[in-house]
Amino acid sequence: MIEIQNISKSFGEKKILHHISGVFDKGKTNLIIGASGTGKSVLLKCIVGLVHPDTGTVFYDGRNFTDADKEMKSEIRREIGMLFQGGALFDSKSVEENVMFPLDILTKMEPSEKIDRVNFCLKRVGLENVNDKMPSEISGGMKKRVGIARAIVNNPNYLFCDEPNSGLDPQTAILIDELIKEITEEFDITTVVVTHDMNSVMGIGEQILFMFQGEKLWEGSNKKILNSGVKQLDDFVFTNKVMQALKDTKS
Amino acid sequence: MKEFGKYLLFLGTLVVRRETFKTYYKLILEECILVGVNSILLVALVASFMGAVTTVQTAYNMVSPLIPKFIISQVVREMTILELAPTIIAIIYAGKVGSSMAGNLGTMRITEQIDALEVMGINSASYLVLPKVIASLIMYPMLVILAGVCALVGGYIVGSLTGIITPTDYIYGIRFVFNEYMITFALIKSFVFAFMISTISCFKGYYTIGGALEVGISSTAAVTTSVMAVLIGDYLLAQLLL
Repeated sequence: MIEIQNISKSFGEKKILHHISGVFDKGKTNLIIGASGTGKSVLLKCIVGLVHPDTGTVFYDGRNFTDADKEMKSEIRREIGMLFQGGALFDSKSVEENVMFPLDILTKMEPSEKIDRVNFCLKRVGLENVNDKMPSEISGGMKKRVGIARAIVNNPNYLFCDEPNSGLDPQTAILIDELIKEITEEFDITTVVVTHDMNSVMGIGEQILFMFQGEKLWEGSNKKILNSGVKQLDDFVFTNKVMQALKDTKS
Repeated sequence: MKEFGKYLLFLGTLVVRRETFKTYYKLILEECILVGVNSILLVALVASFMGAVTTVQTAYNMVSPLIPKFIISQVVREMTILELAPTIIAIIYAGKVGSSMAGNLGTMRITEQIDALEVMGINSASYLVLPKVIASLIMYPMLVILAGVCALVGGYIVGSLTGIITPTDYIYGIRFVFNEYMITFALIKSFVFAFMISTISCFKGYYTIGGALEVGISSTAAVTTSVMAVLIGDYLLAQLLL
């Protein structure tokens, strides 16, 4: 479980996050949603420690991450897997080397064990016979899958995904969503996904935190999102024509 | 001054929370090939012509029949070892290797590869930059030695073929009142220049913010700043050590 308390962040004069608190449960797909520029990615970066918040604290299973010393932070980070928006695969390494990288650096596994683990993870994300390919030789969807495989290869307790569907066709996007949900349940990990894709929200949003102009406006599940009663959330949700049609049909 | 302070802090991050020696060993070897072995041809070519031109121009300026011919190769030796090999090659090194380091790290920054390392709990500055700095410290002095040899050979070939100086005079001039401290001085310079070029270039690349345009700006800034630092360092070292 990850708990954030009173997170605020400004860049110069510009306030990006205003006192955001929330809890992301273990074994669930937790979503942070909102329009572009609302501070979702900054909040995610505050949670994983890439950006230090001006105020507030992040707890990983009760461990204070924000104020921890470098050793403790490093220890917690080794329990984190993250899928970046563009995949963030290392250009100079092959698919296999990319997925194996956390094992090379963070573990003392034997080479044969590492190969087995890499192959297992690649198979788990639906990729086989791509071990020797370079990132430049595979498609965007495959890069995301390799990114997921790299994120889960070291058995993380926490999985973060920043816009996992961006730049993907709808079919591949749904496959990636389903994969994230399956992995979350299978490995019983705490997953936090930042997205503005309504398909993801309705498909895997077990617990949703809606942000608007740097503030948390609503919290709930995808079952309740259509009747939230929050104007800004309704505006966000029903901008999508499919959702609008659904609303019209209902009414 | 703020930028200089940030640079000093950056240097500090290179040596804290390091990974194991085994991790760095392979990376350093890879970097040695990139920064050293891949620069051999360019350095040899530039240095050979540098020696050849120095020989021709020194001979052109020695109009008095009272000055013996072997002085030409003595001048070539002093200029090459003291100045041309460490400093001119440093400028070429900054253009080839420094810009490549800044571009590489800048691209890794904007494509979130550096963030990916940080999230894994790895000190990205140390992991990415330290091998480049160590590889430069190993390979650049070797390139300077190679450049010195090539320059002297270049001068010998041109001097002999054009009849400016006989091979015997050339060899005699090179050995004439030779002070070994010049080699020590050139090597001290090469270590200092290697450190400055690699750390400044990596610093510029590591803190790139933005997109492809900014990566280009970082690469340019890496070269210009490194070259300025080399020239200032060159003067200070000459003042301090000679």
